[in-house]
Amino acid sequence: MFNDFISQFPQSTVDGLAVGAIFALIALGYTMVYGVLRLINFAHSEIFMVGTVAGLFTISQVFDIKSPLTGFALVGMVLLLLVVAMAASGGAAVLLELVAYRPLRRRGASRLAALISAIGASFFLQEVFALQVIPKLFDRPEGRNQIGVPRIMDKDVLFSVGSMDVRTDHVLVVVAAVVMMVALDQFVTRTKVGRGIRATAQDPETAVLMGVNIDTIVRTTFLLGGAMAGVAALLYIVKFEITAYNIGFILGVKAFTAAVLGGIGNLRGALVGGFALGLIENWGAIFFGSEWKDVIAFTVLVIILMFRPTGLLGESLQQARA
Amino acid sequence: MLLDIQDIHVHYGKIEALKGISLQVDEGEIVTLIGANGAGKSTTLKTISGLRPLSSGKVVFEGRDISKMPGHKRVLVGIGQSPEGRGVFPGMTVEENLYMGAYARKGDASKTLAEVYELFPRLAERKKQFGGTMSGGEQQMVAIGRALMTDPKVLLLDEPSMGLAPMLIQQIFDIIKEINRRGKTVLVVEQNAQQALSLAHRAYVLETGAVVKSAPARELLDDPQVRAAYLGGDLAVEDTAPAAGTAADGSVDLGKGEAGE
Repeated sequence: MFNDFISQFPQSTVDGLAVGAIFALIALGYTMVYGVLRLINFAHSEIFMVGTVAGLFTISQVFDIKSPLTGFALVGMVLLLLVVAMAASGGAAVLLELVAYRPLRRRGASRLAALISAIGASFFLQEVFALQVIPKLFDRPEGRNQIGVPRIMDKDVLFSVGSMDVRTDHVLVVVAAVVMMVALDQFVTRTKVGRGIRATAQDPETAVLMGVNIDTIVRTTFLLGGAMAGVAALLYIVKFEITAYNIGFILGVKAFTAAVLGGIGNLRGALVGGFALGLIENWGAIFFGSEWKDVIAFTVLVIILMFRPTGLLGESLQQARA
Repeated sequence: MLLDIQDIHVHYGKIEALKGISLQVDEGEIVTLIGANGAGKSTTLKTISGLRPLSSGKVVFEGRDISKMPGHKRVLVGIGQSPEGRGVFPGMTVEENLYMGAYARKGDASKTLAEVYELFPRLAERKKQFGGTMSGGEQQMVAIGRALMTDPKVLLLDEPSMGLAPMLIQQIFDIIKEINRRGKTVLVVEQNAQQALSLAHRAYVLETGAVVKSAPARELLDDPQVRAAYLGGDLAVEDTAPAAGTAADGSVDLGKGEAGE
């Protein structure tokens, strides 16, 4: 068994980082919304799903892909899909906030009411996509089956170290995720809107006294979190080449876990938590088999939270940078 | 009249927190609202800043009814507040906190920043320190400095003495006096009535959501009822023997050091 671990460890690490990057990007949405509103946006998993469906639709309608693209065509395609997925997920998130949360906030409803609204919105989006959107967009009688996504890029081995193969899709996913997160971190640290977001997260009432328009900040937060889920959606369909009306569910739970693991409300925590969770489940799978992945991941989560209740980075919520 | 509050009523759910408060602040004045915990002093300031909705009544600023104006826009018309509990952003540095005051302002705020640093040299020494790691007195300086950064026409201060040692209270009140001397109108809410009345030109006494007295601050300092209720009372003077015992636990005191606790 130990020999297995040694031999499989490098490859598991690469795979873990790739899937962890996707967790981390989705986790950003949970963590930002939580930071600003103290609300767990349970419909965020569907925001991700919307991005994957929009991406697939673009691939299926605009291009006729028989074989993987290369060179400029590939770069152009990835950029186009990036824009489409970010716009679709970001737009859906803004709409969600407007319809499901803002009216409650206006009337001073309890946080539990908002949570119920979030769960309702999650079911609503799943069912609408299963019953209407997916059948119509892709001309399928049954909207609940998984849909394959055509391969748009070759997954060539870029380099190997021992038994470890690093493929192009691994590199794309990890690099894209890290770049997006650095960009978001800079945005929140350096721009005026970013300062407004941080002020609102740390003390919303005082933020109003500074002239911060909370409604604008909340909308921007949903837009940014949604756009990051859109990036995750693009990377997901490139790497895993499937989608479905409920594709967001497990990923959403994992990403939420990653956010808590890193320290919810903390942007860098989402990154750390995402990679940590990806690595833990892939390393654990070597010992116990990949069917135990989820059990391992959550067991480790519980153990870590027992010793670090505020997550790995340990920043308390109000002091978090976002 | 710079600020004219007309018969405002404010509710928290079914509870009426303000039961028809009227007060005026003229340009150049220092006005204070004194009263016990729960009298509605902070609620009054929050209502002026638009953090609490009015049930009825009006807030008129420079002759303009701003009762319906959302809170974040009131900063721009010239209402700057240092909130209850200071509201320093813990994850931002001193300088970031101060610049938050200029968030809604157009143009360059560096001149105001220089003035704030001149008023509070301590903050200039600690520009890069995080708000959450500062002492109570320093946080109060940040909160007042940040309110000044909004370039307000009226500066609202909510309990600037709260939780501070007597020496620091004196220092903060001296700075408030200096801010006023430089031309800022100030409305200050205080539980430390002795200090507030010594500082202000005029004062309003609040009890359970209503104004029970308003007069020049000097007069209230000598008012027997006010002395009894808010300045530790004259009991201690008349009744020497038990007073010695009570003074020891600080419950009866002429008010000189009372807010230090």
